[in-house]
Amino acid sequence: MTSTDATTPKSDTTKGVKRKTHVTPYILILPASIMLLVAMGYPLGWQIWASFMKFGLRQQFGAPPDFVGLENYISVFTNKTTWGVVARSLIFCVANAALTLVVGIALALLMNAVSKAVRLILQICLLLAWAMPVVAVVTVWIWLFDWRRGVINYILTHLGLNFSSFNWLGTSMGLYFVATVIVVWMSVPFVAFSVFAGLTQVSEEVMEAASLDGASATRRFVSIIVPMIRPVLMIVGLLQIIWDLRVFTQIKMLQDAQMPLNSDLLGTYIYRLGVGSGDFAMASALSIFVLIITIIFSIAYVLQLIKEDS
Amino acid sequence: MTTLAVPTRSPRRRIRISRVLLSIVAIVVALVWVFPVYWMVSSSLLPNVVLTSTKPRFFPFGGSLDNYEGVMSSGFLRALGISLQVTLIAVVCAIIFAFLAALAISRFKFRGRRSFVLAILFIQMLPAEGLFIAQYKMVSTVGMLNTVIGISVLYIAAVIPFTIWMLRGFVAGIPAELEESAKVDGCSSVSAFFRITFPLLAPGLVASGVYAFLQAWNEFTIALVILPKEDMRTLPLWLRGFIQASQARETDWGQVMAASTLVAVPVIIFFLIVQGRLTSGLVAGAVKG
Repeated sequence: MTSTDATTPKSDTTKGVKRKTHVTPYILILPASIMLLVAMGYPLGWQIWASFMKFGLRQQFGAPPDFVGLENYISVFTNKTTWGVVARSLIFCVANAALTLVVGIALALLMNAVSKAVRLILQICLLLAWAMPVVAVVTVWIWLFDWRRGVINYILTHLGLNFSSFNWLGTSMGLYFVATVIVVWMSVPFVAFSVFAGLTQVSEEVMEAASLDGASATRRFVSIIVPMIRPVLMIVGLLQIIWDLRVFTQIKMLQDAQMPLNSDLLGTYIYRLGVGSGDFAMASALSIFVLIITIIFSIAYVLQLIKEDS
Repeated sequence: MTTLAVPTRSPRRRIRISRVLLSIVAIVVALVWVFPVYWMVSSSLLPNVVLTSTKPRFFPFGGSLDNYEGVMSSGFLRALGISLQVTLIAVVCAIIFAFLAALAISRFKFRGRRSFVLAILFIQMLPAEGLFIAQYKMVSTVGMLNTVIGISVLYIAAVIPFTIWMLRGFVAGIPAELEESAKVDGCSSVSAFFRITFPLLAPGLVASGVYAFLQAWNEFTIALVILPKEDMRTLPLWLRGFIQASQARETDWGQVMAASTLVAVPVIIFFLIVQGRLTSGLVAGAVKG
């Protein structure tokens, strides 16, 4: 992995970058590296090791765990519960990411279309939502969706729908619906602001020329705007997918409020296996799976960032 | 959406009407989006008697700060203290370590630099959910569950990667020539750095510090496994406990919302300070500004 290109002086244009390899940079990265190795490297190594081990009754009395090869992975992934959790997590993740993107892009276009004053009002409101800490967000939404006194049931009932005493968190579908509302509400501002920043790069002359040539609004959107903002869309899309896989806080707190059966997604399921039943081998195997999915989705994003670095 | 770029030859009236319509839509969206935040603050000012009546009160007329008094006496200060300790340690250490590493990758070329940058970018993406069981196991093995140090170490590592990345941008933005010319004028390397570069970096350090603060202050997942003891709870855990505790009896939503407001307000203020930097760091390279 030690890359050769870092040492070969390939460009002389980056002035001030000392090309001579010496010991100072290694001393500078030492503290950060030690922290990362202790707090993430070691647990990661342990987790990989544990995922090939069996922790049984004997181990509780101090015996070293037995090596069982891929057995944990096989038993995790031949388990119907696991597949239910994985399938629900992926569907939840994709649905939330897609919904967030669509709403976010729509709001970015809206920001671009209205006057400065109106845009400012919209931006301030979105910023407030974005700034809220996630624990407070979930708490507020539990109150809004409260089955007896919640304002959402009150409004829906007054719109003529029969939602009085409707228990949103009573079923896992209801819980996922509330979780989706929460995730979309808190993630849309980031998408909207990023896409809006991209939209401001789209040249007005090009848009004007296109409309003089008779291109409709839809046509202009598809053929000019989308290609111009594709890099931003790619990045925010990837980040949303990665972030929506990790919805532990939201699901866990909604489960606290009320506990429908089978509402676990990956995060809460690993928590239940590891902290709840002390099944570290299974929890580790499943954690490795989560890490691998995340890394696969991260590759494109990281490459994009690296491009900026060089 | 027809007015994305206003075609100069279209009839003016149509444009004005659609513009007014879009403005109305934008205002409605803004109100819908801000409503939960408003509702949190509004409910926090109302007594439980009002909140549990069948008709919600949409404006907090006749409100008071009683709920805040009630919340203060149920462990808020204790949780605030823990949160402050954990966050302070995490922010100070993370900023110092990340700053040194950012200097290394933006001012030096060295063997392994690219691998190091790749590593921090990937580590930054790793979800807490993929590691927290192993971290829990590690911390409990060394007997540091329910300790400020135990959780701080994990937080430092969690915020370092992105902080390095953010600071790298700031350091790279300051031309090394400035330092060079100070040295020509007779400064030593160290004093050139502290007199010239460091002051210019101050905004970057503040922005990264606030970012690290927000991460540590809001963290829930790791805290849940590392700090199970009730009197070691950080603010997010304390707020969660508030809903749980209220479950046995009738939930006192006024107090719960007062608690949420107390947790949220400092975060909102700090977030507004760094928001611009944060967005540009996350989508760096995709938006040329």
